[in-house]
Amino acid sequence: MKIRISFFKMVLFTALIWAGVSGCAASEQSAGNAQIEDSSAADAERARLESLYWERINASRTRYVQAEVDFMTDMIVHHAQALIMARLAPTNNASDRIQRLSARIINAQQDEIALMQKWLRDRNKPVPLVDFDGIVMKVVTENPDGTISGDEAGQSHSAGGAHGGSPVSRHNHDMLGMLTQDQLEELASVRGNRFDRIFLMYMIQHHEGAVHMVYELFAADGAGNDEEAYRLASDIYAEQVTEIEMMKLMLRDMGEQPPASILPNHNH
Amino acid sequence: MKSFYVQAVLIIIALGLISCASSERGHDQAVEPTLQPIHEIPFPDPDPRVGLGAGLFDAEETIWNMKMLSTTPSPEDFIGSWNTDLAFKDNYAIQGSYNGFVIWDISNPEAPEVVVDFLCPASQSDVSVYGDLLFVSGEGLGGRLDCGTEGVPSAVSEDRLRGIRIFDISDIRNPQYISNVQTCRGSHTNSLLVDPNDDEYVYIYVSGSAPVRPDAELPGCSDAFPEDDPDSALFRIEVIQVPVANPEAARIVSSPRIFDDLEAPPTHGLAPEDLAEIERAREEGAFIAEVMGVERVISGGWLNQFLSQVAREEGRTTPTAADSLYLRENLQDMIDEMMASRGRGLDRGPNQCHDITLYPEVGLAGGACEGYGLLIDITDPANPFRLDAVADSNFAYWHSATFNNDGTTVIFTDEWGGGTQPKCRETDPMEWGANAIYSIEDGKMVFQSYFKMPAPQTNTENCVAHNGSLIPVPGRDIMVQGWYQGGVNIFDFTDAANPVEMAFHDRGPISAESLETAGSWSIYWYNGLLINSEIARGLDIFDMIPSEFITENEIAASKTVVLDYFNPQGQPMFHWPASFALVRAYMDQLERNRELDMQTLTRFRTELTRAERTNGSQRAQILTRLAEDFETAGPNSGNHDKLMKSAGVLMELAEI
Repeated sequence: MKIRISFFKMVLFTALIWAGVSGCAASEQSAGNAQIEDSSAADAERARLESLYWERINASRTRYVQAEVDFMTDMIVHHAQALIMARLAPTNNASDRIQRLSARIINAQQDEIALMQKWLRDRNKPVPLVDFDGIVMKVVTENPDGTISGDEAGQSHSAGGAHGGSPVSRHNHDMLGMLTQDQLEELASVRGNRFDRIFLMYMIQHHEGAVHMVYELFAADGAGNDEEAYRLASDIYAEQVTEIEMMKLMLRDMGEQPPASILPNHNH
Repeated sequence: MKSFYVQAVLIIIALGLISCASSERGHDQAVEPTLQPIHEIPFPDPDPRVGLGAGLFDAEETIWNMKMLSTTPSPEDFIGSWNTDLAFKDNYAIQGSYNGFVIWDISNPEAPEVVVDFLCPASQSDVSVYGDLLFVSGEGLGGRLDCGTEGVPSAVSEDRLRGIRIFDISDIRNPQYISNVQTCRGSHTNSLLVDPNDDEYVYIYVSGSAPVRPDAELPGCSDAFPEDDPDSALFRIEVIQVPVANPEAARIVSSPRIFDDLEAPPTHGLAPEDLAEIERAREEGAFIAEVMGVERVISGGWLNQFLSQVAREEGRTTPTAADSLYLRENLQDMIDEMMASRGRGLDRGPNQCHDITLYPEVGLAGGACEGYGLLIDITDPANPFRLDAVADSNFAYWHSATFNNDGTTVIFTDEWGGGTQPKCRETDPMEWGANAIYSIEDGKMVFQSYFKMPAPQTNTENCVAHNGSLIPVPGRDIMVQGWYQGGVNIFDFTDAANPVEMAFHDRGPISAESLETAGSWSIYWYNGLLINSEIARGLDIFDMIPSEFITENEIAASKTVVLDYFNPQGQPMFHWPASFALVRAYMDQLERNRELDMQTLTRFRTELTRAERTNGSQRAQILTRLAEDFETAGPNSGNHDKLMKSAGVLMELAEI
């Protein structure tokens, strides 16, 4: 029993500290047998609370709405395109600043993809798995029964791109801010300063798309009552709004005017 | 693990020896300092925080240089919900939760007792107290005005609460929900400001980081840019004025746009070398124009865009030399026209703050606002304004601020990933998801260092810099901080450029297989205790213990500070009453930092002990003489200031 060991350690440790700090006379404090007897009742109570904890965590994952499922499914693909863009930075000779930004975007969005996949998996929903072949995205679906379907190797996921019956996303072709495959190719073809500028222009647009998706999600009835979904979406919102500002700063430092916002006014 | 315990035992034995040695110092004339400068003390190796076993209530734990007094699970209704921030009043800790709030009686820190479990769901339920009032933040979409647990099914609903809930806690064991103030972005957290010059009102600065709610739900909420709508909820914080005697009349009194025009100062104001570069470019024939009041070289894609525009207007597809000449003459007009037409495309800097830490005694606030850290003047509480702003490309998300007691250093945290992600893995850089420490010099912030909890965590442990507070150790800047599942730690940042970790506690993950959000939301010092809000596990209470990094005297001196209440984002100034412990703490620091020779120190310590054993006029006489000796020694010491401070304390003691 782990708890016994750690409890014993604690007691031993406390006794040692007491002995060490209080002083110079040797201490013969014992660990206190009565406390150890009490601990089995405490163990039972904690075991009961632990099962209650898991019960409630699992129950909290049944109170979602379809808009949240769509949001996660779409955002995984949306994020994956940001990974494609950011992974070009080292190979296309981006400046140190842009490489640092790209490394952060990769780190952040990879973790968010994992979290969104977990969100879907925890709710027995199909989970998009993304992979890349250069600048071409491949998406397959992990079904709740564990099987993989919808091998879409070579299928491009982008704004206005071909959309051949993707099993995972209903409408990624009209996701705001997604780059077309032509735009991705343009980005992949430029290097150095030019890459920096185009990267920032496109990434700002791409991030604004994510911000828009959060607004759309929260406009749906019942959305955001699932706290994990609310938290994920509002964290993505805050992160992307912040990065948009940072990227605009970077553009201005290069003497460029940031692109006009593509965001519609949401709250009317 | 074993080697750590062997090490711990050795350290403890060594400590025991040190305390023996110091108590006998009066007799032998030891001239070698026994306290080591904190930068020279070795760190546990390997770090015992790595590889701890998983579990909810039975996770493996490790602790170094602090002592756990108790760990108590949340009350049953709050199990499985997330515990959030803490506020304190008298002997009570008030713990926010996504399910409401819990009030703990902490009079016996070894067995804290739940006295209130108030079910009233809203995320994040961050809490602040003042007098008989408790303020609770609501931001999430499921919070209801009636505290119901069923959530809010419609996107637009009159049942939804997003803003501040106000409770009467005059009978703290029986809180009454008396009022609320709805705000456009809800309230992610809140900061309570007591105006030192006005006891009729308190102020709450509301920061939100969520999208603006629909106009249909709360009339007047607009996320349009201020050019289009001067009442936009963007670019402002909301200041709620609360009449203490009539809290039902609390209302928003101002929404200062402390972020406006941020594009100018922080990292890209025109430095002399930038201006020189523009002159060089002008001589070389580059296109120069004023953009938002600042001259810039217009080049690259932007220039091409204008050239194409001119060519297009002339019916050409490729620009010619004539187009270029035309552009040179009309560039400024074209830019002005474009800027005017764009409106929404103009850059603003951040449009929201996460936390604003208020430090009224020094008239400063630290705003952690998206991509910026702001230094704000709050001498007029209803009309804060910005003094300085810093941006840092290593910092993803400025989350909260903590000042040192003198208001000369400020720590900003970067809650990279929002707190639910594992940002302390071996592969995550130490500058990301960390603290950034700045000195404050003439109202400007000057970067000193980054500090991050150094033990690599697993990918099932959400971990990033989060909330903490100063520990009132006189003469030093010491902070205790929560790092979610990275545990809690204590670090010294007296030397802001070289922070040193000096204590920690950590548990293994909730689960080794999946990331379940847990860990320390916040840990604060309150009246001698370190109190930790554990998201999934409840309430932990720790005590500091003497170590190579901190002496018994320094801890005793810190415990002479007593607060009536404490709020997470309201920083009190600590004042240490005169005590023997305080002088001894200063002397220990003089020894540790090699600022006074040991012979003099030994003599001072002997005299102080002698004074303590006497009383009345004899004590006063010894203390007065000792104070004079401190003053005399001052100029020859490495820390004149500390000797003078000690002399002042001795004089005060002489008068008691």
